[in-house]
Amino acid sequence: MEEKNKTIDRDNAVIQIRDLKKSFGDLHVLRGVDLDIFKGENLVVLGRSGTGKSVLIKIIAGLLKPDAGTVTVMGEDVANLKPKELDKLRLKIGFSFQNSALYDSMTVRENLEFPLVRNVRDLSRADIDSAVEEVLENVGLSQTINQMPSELSGGQRKRIGIARTLILKPEIMLYDEPTAGLDPITSIDINNLINEVQERNHTSSIIITHDLTCAKMTGDRVAMLLDGRFERQGTFDEVFSTDDERVKAFYDYNFIQ
Amino acid sequence: MSKTNTKPDDAEPEKPVITRRLDQVFLDLNDVAQFVARFFREVFVPPYEGKEIIRQCYAVGYKSLGLISLTGFITGIVFTNQSRPSLAEFGATSWLPSLIAIALVRALAPLVTALIASGKVGSNIGAELGSMRVTEQIDAMEVSASNPYKFLVVTRVLATTVTIPVLTMYTTFVGLMGAFVNVTMVEQTSFSSFIQAVFGAITYLDIFASVVKSFFFGFTIGMVGSYKGYNSSKGTEGVGKAANASVVTSMFLIFIEELLSLQIVNALRGG
Ligand SMILES: Nc1ncnc2c1ncn2[C@@H]1O[C@H](COP(=O)(O)OP(=O)(O)OP(=O)(O)O)[C@@H](O)[C@H]1O
Ligand SMILES: [Mg+2]
Repeated sequence: MEEKNKTIDRDNAVIQIRDLKKSFGDLHVLRGVDLDIFKGENLVVLGRSGTGKSVLIKIIAGLLKPDAGTVTVMGEDVANLKPKELDKLRLKIGFSFQNSALYDSMTVRENLEFPLVRNVRDLSRADIDSAVEEVLENVGLSQTINQMPSELSGGQRKRIGIARTLILKPEIMLYDEPTAGLDPITSIDINNLINEVQERNHTSSIIITHDLTCAKMTGDRVAMLLDGRFERQGTFDEVFSTDDERVKAFYDYNFIQ
Repeated sequence: MSKTNTKPDDAEPEKPVITRRLDQVFLDLNDVAQFVARFFREVFVPPYEGKEIIRQCYAVGYKSLGLISLTGFITGIVFTNQSRPSLAEFGATSWLPSLIAIALVRALAPLVTALIASGKVGSNIGAELGSMRVTEQIDAMEVSASNPYKFLVVTRVLATTVTIPVLTMYTTFVGLMGAFVNVTMVEQTSFSSFIQAVFGAITYLDIFASVVKSFFFGFTIGMVGSYKGYNSSKGTEGVGKAANASVVTSMFLIFIEELLSLQIVNALRGG
């Protein structure tokens, strides 16, 4: 694999998670999560279905409140921000949803404009158009600009979802299963897109995935969520050089031995 | 998210303050109060979603116009026809236009309009916002700092609040036309004497009360639909439930408001 052109600042954690706990009723999902994401880094989060990966990034984006522990994003304690401050922080966070979450009553263009015109004041029509065209070009879907989300394929929806977050030039990207349900070629396109975004905008990212090719291609570091904690963290090879059955099962399924 | 759970990992289940069920009722009421209060906090703060408000007004009117025209017209015909025998007993059929005018303006038109709108518009708002909640579109707006409440709820509530009174006036008009068709066929009343009788019967207070009442009906329909949709539970089932609950709850509240307004208007009239 070619060496990626990037700089990771190991002294500068943009996201700091300490002893984070979250339960839903009697279901203890996160049971003491500790995690750092450094500036400029792609961190891949692996873990079985239902282990709370989506819950984790929703807490980071302030969509869910933690029961205990702290999440600090760019120096701000997410759970204790006032709505205005939280919105300000959210402008720096891009969130790509597991099932894209495109606004299905709006065209692709309106989807992309939506966050832009509500957060950047005094844009001219020309500014808006050029910003929309630029992000569409970045994800390689310029021709879809006037289509409705229902007319797009799953892979296209994913890319438009990513484009919609890129339009605000976020410093942190949270990808929830960017390649789930996509064919290998489209998946590779998305992986490349994730790397391009990182290199072009120097973003720090969390990439949730079950797809180890995606993990290998995009991840500078891998963390595996097991029983509500991150028990294993490190490079791809470090994480998978183990006899732990729970970890090996992942590997065996993805790379048929 | 509104329902947060702050108890630590392995704490005992909290002791209910009263009973578990009653506790929940008060928690829900508090939830509703906060949802409604947020409307008044946000409605006057710019930026205003003008384009979306107009689009929603249009949608409310467009969705209910056909059914309201039909129902209003038929109500006018049927109510006139059914009232005739009672008045005929006293040889007072010439009072029909006045009677129907009072009935339409004071009760029938606002109620018919509001009930039809809860069925057509309220269920639609519930389903629309419910499916946006379920497919995480509302979360997507929230994480892009785009205030989903303002874009989705404030616009819809404003649209129903403004549009339902207008529709009510329209229903009154269509109902009167229905009544006229019936009266002119049976009693051969002329249009001008019909209109004279109508305006002789209704007072400014009647018209004012009718508008104010339907203003509240409109607010209720928009608010209930939005609340049910916005807080819809996950899954397709949640969307259906939200749509259904929007209709049932808003119809119930509309009848309560009707009873209250009756008391208030009677007091005004007496005093
Ligand atoms: N809002 C919620 N209310 C109640 N339970 C929830 C909520 N959100 C998540 N859960 C529960 O928390 C657990 C973890 O959910 P989460 O979506 O984070 O899983 P995940 O690791 O992302 O799984 P997948 O790989 O399938 O996406 C699940 O059991 C889910 O049912
Ligand atoms: Mg998930």
